[in-house]
Amino acid sequence: MTPSLVLVVAIGVLFAAGVYLLLERSLTRVLLGFILMGNGANLLFLVAGGRAGGAPIIGETPDDQMSDPLVQAMVLTAIVITLGITAFVLAMAYRSWQLHGHDEVQDDLEDRRVARHAARNAPAFADLDTEESGASLDDEAAEVRDETDGDGDGITDGQEPPSGPGERRRDDGPADEGKGRA
Amino acid sequence: MSLTAAALVPLPVVLPLVAAGLALALWRHPRAQRLITVAALALVLVASIGLLVAADSGPIVVDVGGWAAPVGIDLVADRLSALMLTVSSFVMLCVLLYSLAQGVADGDEEAPVAIYHPTFMVLAAGVFNAFLSGDLFNLYVGFEIFLAASYVLLTLGGTGERIRAGSIYVVVALLSSIVFLVAIALTYAATGTVNLAQLSERYAEIDPGTALTIQLLLLLAFGIKAAIFPLSAWLPDSYPTAPAPVTAVFAGLLTKVGVYAIIRTQTLLFPEDSVVDDVLLWLALLTMVVGILGAVAQNDIKRLLSFTLVSHIGYMIFGIALASEPGMAAAIFYVVHHITVQTTLFLVVGLVERRGGSTSLDRLGGLAKLAPGLAILFFIPAMNLAGIPPLSGFLGKVGLLEAGVAQGTPLTWALVVGSVVTSLLTLYAIVKAWNKAFWQTAPVEIPTDAPLPRGMVGPATALVAFGLALTVLAGPLYSYSERAASNLLDGHTYVDAVFPGESDRGQGESNEVATGGTDEPEDDEAAEGGADG
Repeated sequence: MTPSLVLVVAIGVLFAAGVYLLLERSLTRVLLGFILMGNGANLLFLVAGGRAGGAPIIGETPDDQMSDPLVQAMVLTAIVITLGITAFVLAMAYRSWQLHGHDEVQDDLEDRRVARHAARNAPAFADLDTEESGASLDDEAAEVRDETDGDGDGITDGQEPPSGPGERRRDDGPADEGKGRA
Repeated sequence: MSLTAAALVPLPVVLPLVAAGLALALWRHPRAQRLITVAALALVLVASIGLLVAADSGPIVVDVGGWAAPVGIDLVADRLSALMLTVSSFVMLCVLLYSLAQGVADGDEEAPVAIYHPTFMVLAAGVFNAFLSGDLFNLYVGFEIFLAASYVLLTLGGTGERIRAGSIYVVVALLSSIVFLVAIALTYAATGTVNLAQLSERYAEIDPGTALTIQLLLLLAFGIKAAIFPLSAWLPDSYPTAPAPVTAVFAGLLTKVGVYAIIRTQTLLFPEDSVVDDVLLWLALLTMVVGILGAVAQNDIKRLLSFTLVSHIGYMIFGIALASEPGMAAAIFYVVHHITVQTTLFLVVGLVERRGGSTSLDRLGGLAKLAPGLAILFFIPAMNLAGIPPLSGFLGKVGLLEAGVAQGTPLTWALVVGSVVTSLLTLYAIVKAWNKAFWQTAPVEIPTDAPLPRGMVGPATALVAFGLALTVLAGPLYSYSERAASNLLDGHTYVDAVFPGESDRGQGESNEVATGGTDEPEDDEAAEGGADG
């Protein structure tokens, strides 16, 4: 079996673009990446099914010219699943924007705390992450942004030395910011 | 293999799905919903026990729709599947009853019952479908069913914290789905089939390099689900934010479905592969040690337990990677033990949160005096998790250690040492939680009048009792695990059950219609006509 070169190249492009988008911060882009990769996988199934052929109905097409219907059934199933998941993730991204004004997929907050501990244990260099916020993990989660910050300087709220747990929220906090942009 | 036993096989998938539909249609009638879902899961439990007994005399195969095995989809209930079904249906029933009582007590604010019940049933159907599937693509569908349900359950209520944790979980799960799908496509391209029994025959014939690629892809997909280090980072951050019963069922079951899938594919499709087994042994060691070090550092019971969950997955992988009968038997026993004990602990922590108002060890204290019953409920599964003799955790670990020593290579000795160290560190972490939550003087005042609903304590107690029963009945259970392991590793029981009498087809009406023709895989499948749609 020699697979069609066009399909193989298309699969490569879809997966490359999909992986690139999957590494983005915004959930919407991640979703787009997932859709691209899902379609890449579907094409892979078509390649796996062998050469193209006639409808696989006895009496309609000679046995040796039928196309493989099994892969098409599997692709259909996969498409339906992808559709359902896409709808859910879109709803989730919208809900995230409603609540936080962004749809960022955040880093594990635990990593931030571990970085703080490490920095505190090695005080030879200055690190703004060493500042303990004093807030609980849940409070912090609502305020922290990793990359999709509006000002584009990549510096997140969490890295600015807080003056106190109550005053950490900036005036142009994430919620206002996102709504302003929209 | 009687007719009645075969009739039981589809029930664990069909009943929850029907119940989900009914519960969704009756969303205005919470009481009817509760009745339907509890009845459905109770029936599944009965059916699973029936299968547990019936499967002991050989795997039971059902060719769905009467299409013979490689053409149609088949459901296979062998000892391993039946055992997993029984334990998971019991655990899910307890969690459901617990969440019902919680919903009643809370006025349904935390968990909107109209959504919760159908989703919980869909989750059950997906998990049971994955356990029963005899077809790689159907296994994928089972995974997708329970994953989709788990997305909804994890983000239940749509609060900010759950959406944040949920998006991490969803993105990781989406990635694992894609990897799984790609692995299936490559499998089909290489062998022309997705039927597990047929695959086990054909993988031996294809290029070893291709087979290795597919094996690693499958392991990657299942490893993400099972939370094997270094694919485990998503778990401790996403599980603890969900409602207590949801966390309990996720922690108990979802990772174990990944472990089950690894057991199934490793034993059936790739029986002889010492290189991958060595890699798995290393990963098992790292999972155990890294996971438990994470748990030691935690200051919140839920997160602490999530890390012990990751860590103890390492024990199961250890048993699987030994690829010997004693190792596999111990791994199966350990899976059963761990489903029970981890679910119990999360449910009890839900009670602790209710009683003490927090799960942070900085805020809890003095609960042993305030709620002695709760202390007992926590203490027994906690000691079980740490592997204190004579509880079932100890028995499972001893089995693993014996199997590792029997193998006797330097790597398995390292694993044996790692297991003991992990066990001790688990004890340390869990005793720290115990000391702070139950013994220390309460740092903030804990209300003395926060009664625990009897409906929530009941299921938690039932699970604690079940964990103790696993200890008392460890003899029969362990020998059942050994028989299951020997079936898995002999390499022909499963295939013989699907394709009886040396034929290359299962039983079904299409058996007579379809003609043989195994010259070339692709054309073979094409000629058979699709029944997968």
